[in-house]
Amino acid sequence: MDWLSKNLPYLMAGISVGGQYALIAIGYTMVYGILRLINFAHGDIFMVAGLVMVYASTVMPVYLAIPLVLVVTVVIGFLVERVAYKPLRTAPRMSVMISAIGVSYLLQNMALYVTGGLAQQYPALPWISDTITVFGVTTKRVTVITPPLVILLVAALVMLIQKTKIGMAMRAASKDFETSQLMGIKINSVISMTFIIGSFLAAVGSLLFFSNYTGVTPTVGAMPGLKAFVAAVFGGIGSIPGAVIGAFIIGISENIIKGLGWTTFSDAFTFALLIVVLIFKPTGLFGEAANDKV
Amino acid sequence: MKKQTEAIISVALIAALLAVLFILERTIPSTSMLFTVLKKGAIYALVAVSMNLLNGFTGLFSLGQAGFMLVGAYTYGVLTIPVDQRPNVYMYYDGGMIQFALHPIAAIIIAGIIAGIFAYLIGLPVLRLKSDYLAIATLGFAEIIRAVFQWDKLGPLTNGSNLLRNYPSYKSVLFYFIAAGVCIALIVMLINSTYGRAFKAIRDDEVAAEAMGINLAHHKRIAFVVSSFFAGISGALLAMYQTSIQASMFKSAMTYEILLIVVIGGIGSITGSCISSFLFIILSEWLLRFLDSELVIGGFKVPLLRSGFRKVVFSIIIMIIVLFFRQGIMGTKEFSVRRIFNRITGRSRKSSEGRNGR
Amino acid sequence: MKKKIVSALMAVSMAAVVMAVPALADTVKIGVYEPASGDNGAGGKQEVLGMQYANSITPTVEIGGTEYDVELDIVDNESSNDKGPSAASKLVSDGVSVVLGSYGSGVSIAASDIFKDGGVPAIGVTCTNPQVTQGNTHYFRICFLDPFQGTVLANFAADTFGAKKAYVLTKLGDDYSTGLGFYFTKAFEELGGEVVKGEFPEGNSDFTSYITDAKNEGCDVFFTPTSTEAAANEIEQAAAQGLAIPLLAGDTWDSNVILNAAKGKDVQIYVTTFYQEGGNAEFDEGFKAFINEDSTNLANNGNDDTVAAVSAMGYDAYYTALEALKAAGSTDPAAVNEALWGVTYDGVSGHIEFDQENGDAIRSSAFVKVANTESGAWDFVSEQTISE
Repeated sequence: MDWLSKNLPYLMAGISVGGQYALIAIGYTMVYGILRLINFAHGDIFMVAGLVMVYASTVMPVYLAIPLVLVVTVVIGFLVERVAYKPLRTAPRMSVMISAIGVSYLLQNMALYVTGGLAQQYPALPWISDTITVFGVTTKRVTVITPPLVILLVAALVMLIQKTKIGMAMRAASKDFETSQLMGIKINSVISMTFIIGSFLAAVGSLLFFSNYTGVTPTVGAMPGLKAFVAAVFGGIGSIPGAVIGAFIIGISENIIKGLGWTTFSDAFTFALLIVVLIFKPTGLFGEAANDKV
Repeated sequence: MKKQTEAIISVALIAALLAVLFILERTIPSTSMLFTVLKKGAIYALVAVSMNLLNGFTGLFSLGQAGFMLVGAYTYGVLTIPVDQRPNVYMYYDGGMIQFALHPIAAIIIAGIIAGIFAYLIGLPVLRLKSDYLAIATLGFAEIIRAVFQWDKLGPLTNGSNLLRNYPSYKSVLFYFIAAGVCIALIVMLINSTYGRAFKAIRDDEVAAEAMGINLAHHKRIAFVVSSFFAGISGALLAMYQTSIQASMFKSAMTYEILLIVVIGGIGSITGSCISSFLFIILSEWLLRFLDSELVIGGFKVPLLRSGFRKVVFSIIIMIIVLFFRQGIMGTKEFSVRRIFNRITGRSRKSSEGRNGR
Repeated sequence: MKKKIVSALMAVSMAAVVMAVPALADTVKIGVYEPASGDNGAGGKQEVLGMQYANSITPTVEIGGTEYDVELDIVDNESSNDKGPSAASKLVSDGVSVVLGSYGSGVSIAASDIFKDGGVPAIGVTCTNPQVTQGNTHYFRICFLDPFQGTVLANFAADTFGAKKAYVLTKLGDDYSTGLGFYFTKAFEELGGEVVKGEFPEGNSDFTSYITDAKNEGCDVFFTPTSTEAAANEIEQAAAQGLAIPLLAGDTWDSNVILNAAKGKDVQIYVTTFYQEGGNAEFDEGFKAFINEDSTNLANNGNDDTVAAVSAMGYDAYYTALEALKAAGSTDPAAVNEALWGVTYDGVSGHIEFDQENGDAIRSSAFVKVANTESGAWDFVSEQTISE
């Protein structure tokens, strides 16, 4: 029991942060699956969702602010795709990626401008920010509800992709972009839908993440974004279950490393793990077989 | 236009540029922002060209540039801090383990070599990866390098996560131009050699290049190591320019910045990289700075202007370039005496392009 | 003939000053090298407020018989050791006579050589790391140093809490954090204590595992000299995990960011600092009025009118600079640098006088405060001194 109460906090923090990475990672993996684009701006959309909540909560009650955050984030994700990626659909892949870096730059700098460069305190959300005790470990409720919530959302997403028409279109587009276009799939609405789903999940992720780690700064999305992306690659980019499992593995191992006292290397370990996986299984744990589109 | 005349004119232009810089240095106070941005521009031009060698000419999508710059900058700092300054700098590590100091020029070259060795070792596993996976793996290695250099067990060597400073540095803007210029000239020579042609063949079609008898692994490794060598040198120059360095500066954001410069200049254009790095630095560090402070014109307070606005405007400019000028400033073309000459004399472009071989 | 012209000019300018025609007055530029964004943005802004307040009270200075308008040339060093130097070169190229700043130690060390090469003296305001002034003649400082602060904190931990084991959490690559952690560790170990070390990388916002470490190791105090940005996260998570031991920190935590984060939570927070609100009633009152009359000032102070110690330090730094300008009798940076060695000034944070070796202020006392989590204000604990 003593051992448990000493080590459980690391594990719980790991699972919870892993769940939050998972929600961001899904956005990366879906976009990559269809567009072969590393959407560098995704982490910043996550940050923007946090900022919207900070500002919304000062003028309206939380039960209005939460839906607003979800809607605004989805709209931003949608607009980013329309403005910055869609015009470049025929351009070389490098151009689109640069555009993503540009958007990331722009979002960060706008956030810097709006906040004046100061960390903003995330509001305490009722219920999920409450402190509770599990097996003698004190923590926030959000730590405990993150994993089931993630699993629920992922199950819903998988249902959507497997059972609905738009889901079928998405699968088709990620298998073969050009052919699916020829088959009459409205590729632009499929892509928009991908961004909408990705942004929605990032917004949910931000609600959970910032309830735990309450400082919102312009660059706060960069590290979780990068790690979520690593998780997506790790699990096999393009695969949703892969991204989720990858995210949990990364979240947990990162906290175990910290628990062992190797705090300097907690970030580096994530990347080392990634490189090892890439070398031995270049397409990630659950990646599709080499479907070379380059 | 004869090749010889072209060469003479090119040399004359470079000499004229250096002369102008020389005169400027003697007429404008040395503290002027002009020199600051010119120095930084020259350094970024070098690292942008080195990245272009990989991404633009060999088609290897690598995002490890900041990591190799870090190696170069640290090598330079560690090797050149005067012995009597070491107890000050390595104050938490009893003066550090290295108790000698090299001449700056020697240290710069060693900085490049060490970065090259790192690149060779990292290249062994990662160069087998393709496109985006290579990008992510190199990005990951850059982050790992950063963590290792901050490790306090290596403190006696790297000063842990603390600043390295008090090392010698050249103040003259001429030094930065000559150093960066020589390195860029070497890269151009490489690109115009047999190796360069092999690089381009790999970029255009790996399978075809291999079929033509090009040793893929060998050539990729050479491009990667050479690019990192020059990234290391530019890291050393950056250390010199900044007068103090720290591992935490070399984040992935730095690599993204360099990549932006390369793309804005035109992927596959050396002169494009140079021009855009100067534009990038001059705009962001100097000309746009007025946007950060409040301005009142005739009693009217210009709206929006406050700290941070410069960066917003700057990122909007970048987005416009990325969206509407996809080829960048130069595309894959080069700025050369011959082109200008042809433009002036009105010779048909086709014939000169053909002979230029580009 | 020349003399006549000079005296005529003098008379005219004197008359101009008497008639208070500002257009005729000369201007002297004081550079302000402070963070307005990044990790230390909140503290930097408060420090600048102190200078701006001082500037609003005393907007002119008489140098060599001429009345000069003082212009604050403010740049943002972004709390970043790589962005800082280019902001510093901007100041040097603007031709400032003296530089004030910075809030943090790292950026001050990083820009030190830029000021040195430009021949501009700098007055460090709240950068406490010894390396800022060590071995140079152009960087001065008006606050106490980390060896002193670390010792004060170690003594305080041992005396007040009877601490035998301390958890020390510092940020990688942050000179202030690493330095103060180092001096605390040294002093605490000399007192027979034991230290468990933790380090977090930049961009980290998850402190749960460090807090768990501290609990598991059975530490008596949690010492964490970090920026306010990390602090807000640490406090939040310490409270969420029910960390029962006191949190100890240095001067950076003396900020309303900490008070806001701690308000209504079950945490004990002790800090050492330069100034205690109430130390100089006149200054407090004037400063609060200055903040409340302008919405930008209020926002820069974190939307309340708590008097931060760094504001008092900024205020004193401004007057120290004016003293130096007066003593130099010229706006030439080299003359100001020379004059700074001899400057003395009685500020709101105490007497300021530089030692003749490194140009550090001779300070022998620090205030210890505790965060009152109910009222959201600082309560005075004690004034600590140590004999060297």
